[in-house]
Amino acid sequence: MKIEARNMHFKDLNEAVRHTSDTNIEIDQCLGQRYIASGLGGKSITINGIPGNALGSYLNGADIVVNGNAQDATGDTMNEGHIYIHGSCGDATGYGMRGGKIYIRGSAGYRAGIHMKAYKDKLPVIVIGGSAGSFLGEYQAGGIIIVLGLDREDSSAPVGRFCGTGMHGGKIFLCCDNVPDDLPGQIIVHKAKREELGEIEHYISEYCAHFGGEEERILSKNFYILSPNSKNPYKQLYTYN
Amino acid sequence: MRQDNAQLPQREGEIRIPSGCAISGIFSKTGEKINGRKIIDSIATMHDRSNGLGGGFAGYGIYPQYKEYYALHVFYESSKAKEECEKFIDKKFDIINLSKIPVRPTPKITNEPLIWRYFVKPQHNMLESSHLDEAEYTCRNVIQINTTIEGAYVFSSGKNMGVFKAVGYPEDVGEYYGLEDYEGYCWTAHGRYPTNTPGWWGGAHPFALLDYSIVHNGEISSYDANRRYIEMFGYKCTLLTDTEVITYIIDYLVRRQGLTLQEMASVIAAPFWSTIEKYPPEERERLTYLRNTFSSLLITGPFSILLGFSGGMMALNDRLKLRSMVIAEKGSTVYVASEECAIRVVEPTLDKLWSPKGGEAFIVTLEGGER
Repeated sequence: MKIEARNMHFKDLNEAVRHTSDTNIEIDQCLGQRYIASGLGGKSITINGIPGNALGSYLNGADIVVNGNAQDATGDTMNEGHIYIHGSCGDATGYGMRGGKIYIRGSAGYRAGIHMKAYKDKLPVIVIGGSAGSFLGEYQAGGIIIVLGLDREDSSAPVGRFCGTGMHGGKIFLCCDNVPDDLPGQIIVHKAKREELGEIEHYISEYCAHFGGEEERILSKNFYILSPNSKNPYKQLYTYN
Repeated sequence: MRQDNAQLPQREGEIRIPSGCAISGIFSKTGEKINGRKIIDSIATMHDRSNGLGGGFAGYGIYPQYKEYYALHVFYESSKAKEECEKFIDKKFDIINLSKIPVRPTPKITNEPLIWRYFVKPQHNMLESSHLDEAEYTCRNVIQINTTIEGAYVFSSGKNMGVFKAVGYPEDVGEYYGLEDYEGYCWTAHGRYPTNTPGWWGGAHPFALLDYSIVHNGEISSYDANRRYIEMFGYKCTLLTDTEVITYIIDYLVRRQGLTLQEMASVIAAPFWSTIEKYPPEERERLTYLRNTFSSLLITGPFSILLGFSGGMMALNDRLKLRSMVIAEKGSTVYVASEECAIRVVEPTLDKLWSPKGGEAFIVTLEGGER
């Protein structure tokens, strides 16, 4: 099914997507409609244009391809499925994500992966081809965030400030030669050994399959792994009753 | 609190409504005339970020035939308020032209006040004996009207610019004022989703004082600290809403203290001390000085704002970037909006698109200065 979305209200668009028996849906001229594919499973959606905020929120197994940029809160609380963004993403990508994979060809805004978590077989993954904004992995509790910095010409870390603030689970892989200079004390960082990259090989390969690029070349670069330092846990509550 | 008159609609501060907003701006660096229709189309795309309790626009370069005069846009709740206010304006200013602001009644916009426009210049003798410059003289008189004449509210007071606002969805407000009949080099717009206060006409954005106008998405947690400080300098926060205080802070820092817009941004969205420490010595010293000197004017809490001023526009996010903002360029036109879709709807192909960092001011001005 093909939907011309330009002047459609988000409610009408989302109802059409939800109620069709077609499993392949193409949305043309998308312009800011929110909550596309929210909670959806079992369908493949291609979006041409700019989907609105909270694209694929609570996504439950559907696959989404965006030929354009995505706005804020892409994959908010997503549970399962895949989102491929051929452009860049706004703020809070993968907010509270608990499963599924998000691949972004370009860059992500502030707070990508905030409150991400993992449970049993659920392992959320975000792959960012370009750079990430500040507060990457804020309060991260689980899952994997990978930033490739392919847009960078220098050796600086492809992240903004305050990376991993409040992080207490999961891992962040940064492809660069220098680590951010403002990492919190509760985070440990080490240079990845080649065998440790085995954990992310599949995701890099998937990124390259969708957006191009040479997997081997990327994996031959220097990666740093950020993870919580269990020897220096958080000792203070950050909220009080 | 106005408990004496139960018939008046509830005002800011009298009720708290728990709850986003939308902002958009278009600026032509070459001063090309942009029709008001374009900004309506942009803000309308973000309809669902508003709830119908306020919408408004500011246009710059829209009154070229009166560009030497202050354009006062005034809401009146009664003809008595109008009479009293006109007497005041007549005493303090020479009125060059006055008229009702043309509107197109629509069922979507209700409870209209009387809306009048006056092109004025300060009355020569009064100005002379006040020992104030023209801008300060006008500013003080505008504040006097807004604080002492019950039922009169000057909501726009700059030169060659004007604010148009109402309770309603922004696209309806734009059509109500017939903005396609206006053309300017810069437009800003706001769709309101009041989170703490009810909507009333004066409380819609933009908030303006002289040629500064502000549209704002967010909620300032430092409001009271900011208000207490700024009221020491003769400003009166009459609306109990956070955007009003931002307007006065900018007027105070830029017009009265002579700070540059960059410096002003380093005051209101100052970097964290831990970030300042990492700057090279000279920059570190500058930022430390500004933060210390104007510590009470640091604005905390989420915000994205667009400041319009004569010959330019500035966009700024709070230092943590808790609100969205996208900037784009196409040829000599610059677009800023809460969402990319609000730019793409009026300009599908762009030369450049990016998001500024938290606390990073984006400033655009007319090539060759103001005209």
